[in-house]
Amino acid sequence: MRTVAVVGASLAGLSAARSLRKQGYDGRLVVIGDEPHRPYDRPPLSKEFLAGTVGEAELVLEMDDEDLGAEWLLGVRATGLDRTDRAVQLADGREVRADGIVIATGAAARTLPGSEGLAGVHVLRTLDDARALREELAGGGRLVVIGGGFVGAEVASTAYALGLDVTVVEAAPTPLAGPLGETMGAIVSGLHADHGVRLLCGVGVKGLSGERRVDAVLLEDGRSVPADIVVVGVGARPCVEWLEGSGVELDNGVKCGADGRTSLAGVVAVGDCANWYDPRAGAHRRVEHWTGARERPDAAIATLLSWGATEPGVPRPPYFWSDQYGVKIQFAGHAAGADSVTIEEGTADERNVLAVYRRAGEPVAALGMNQPRLFTRWRKQLARTTS
Amino acid sequence: MMIPACPLADLPRGEAFRLEIDPPVTVFHTEDGELFAIDDTCTHQDASLADGWVEDCWVECPLHASKFNLKTGEVDAPPAKLPVRTHEVVVDNGMVYVKVSTAAPNLPHCVARKLAGSVT
Repeated sequence: MRTVAVVGASLAGLSAARSLRKQGYDGRLVVIGDEPHRPYDRPPLSKEFLAGTVGEAELVLEMDDEDLGAEWLLGVRATGLDRTDRAVQLADGREVRADGIVIATGAAARTLPGSEGLAGVHVLRTLDDARALREELAGGGRLVVIGGGFVGAEVASTAYALGLDVTVVEAAPTPLAGPLGETMGAIVSGLHADHGVRLLCGVGVKGLSGERRVDAVLLEDGRSVPADIVVVGVGARPCVEWLEGSGVELDNGVKCGADGRTSLAGVVAVGDCANWYDPRAGAHRRVEHWTGARERPDAAIATLLSWGATEPGVPRPPYFWSDQYGVKIQFAGHAAGADSVTIEEGTADERNVLAVYRRAGEPVAALGMNQPRLFTRWRKQLARTTS
Repeated sequence: MMIPACPLADLPRGEAFRLEIDPPVTVFHTEDGELFAIDDTCTHQDASLADGWVEDCWVECPLHASKFNLKTGEVDAPPAKLPVRTHEVVVDNGMVYVKVSTAAPNLPHCVARKLAGSVT
């Protein structure tokens, strides 16, 4: 293998480039990114960066003295993959021919149809999104967050701390019921009410009102919520359009084996765009978590460099964290497979719970709120037992 | 400066003891029976490494998964980029002591700012 192209220059792409060098690949390495920025860390964008306590220099993911010997093609989007020529086609007409290809194109924030061109309406996914939102929040006013998932909740928490008047609108009866289940979703989203942030649940958004600038969010039940700023936090879709017709099988992102391999030899996928087979869950899962983007490239690169000769290890259970209203929230495992959830430590009222999810008596997931030490113990135990 | 931490008998293998000095230092007793002391605060953000996941001679930050080498303090990968300070551990008469390093600590920006703020 003489040339490897990594398409995507965020955490998953950078981790893949690092894994290549760590695993002894010394050939040509090309990293392609559609944003103009060097790899940066996204979790602080909705928290410390938005609050102004962390600056852009602190978001950089590369070490000061790090040199991966890579060619960086930044600010240019991949538009196609030619399986015959084994080439990645770029928006500016260039092509990168490569023996090995790592797909790490991530996911893009979903938007609200009809909100294009209306000032005051934001999504939060990229550094540029966060710069624009931070500037706007600095002016204060009434913020309406559409979507009570983790990004929406973190933005609400940060904006509340900045002194804004905040309302969160969530279409589902309970926010976070997908990742956490209804019981714990209700407890975690109770943090909003604890801090005087309004949470409107079980009502969809019909649209936005305003001439050049948004002035209200219109709900499906006829209510209108006045807004100076709106953040749309309704999830993300995998960025895989560029792979249509390439022979790479797509199904909720790039469909991958448990080792990151795609349906095309010499092509692996990592990060938010990759729908990996998870042997613990017995199903494909597209995991949009930082830790997955950091850890899975090691397995995918081992696959790429030795196609078929390595056994994929069982990855650790998915893990993510969130910080809201000063509470550290941590979760590991899969809540979807659980038939019970019990609070093992702390109380829901004090928002310091350690909860364990079980299926047929076996732990399958754990949630911590301000319980980092106990949570780590459960996370270790899950890695041992749920294989 | 030699600071008493805890009796060795109170620190089983696999456990950590956090010494509440400023900045805090944690003594780790590994599964292999070795003792190490490092600064307790992750160099990335305000997280206590005493709450982290210890494997071999590495501790993984409980929040964001950067790992620090207990022997050398080095960090394996971001988001943390700077090593933690290491300190000498001495066991005398069944008591664990920490000889605190005189090197400057690598505290995360948010903690460093808080400390600076508390001084003025």
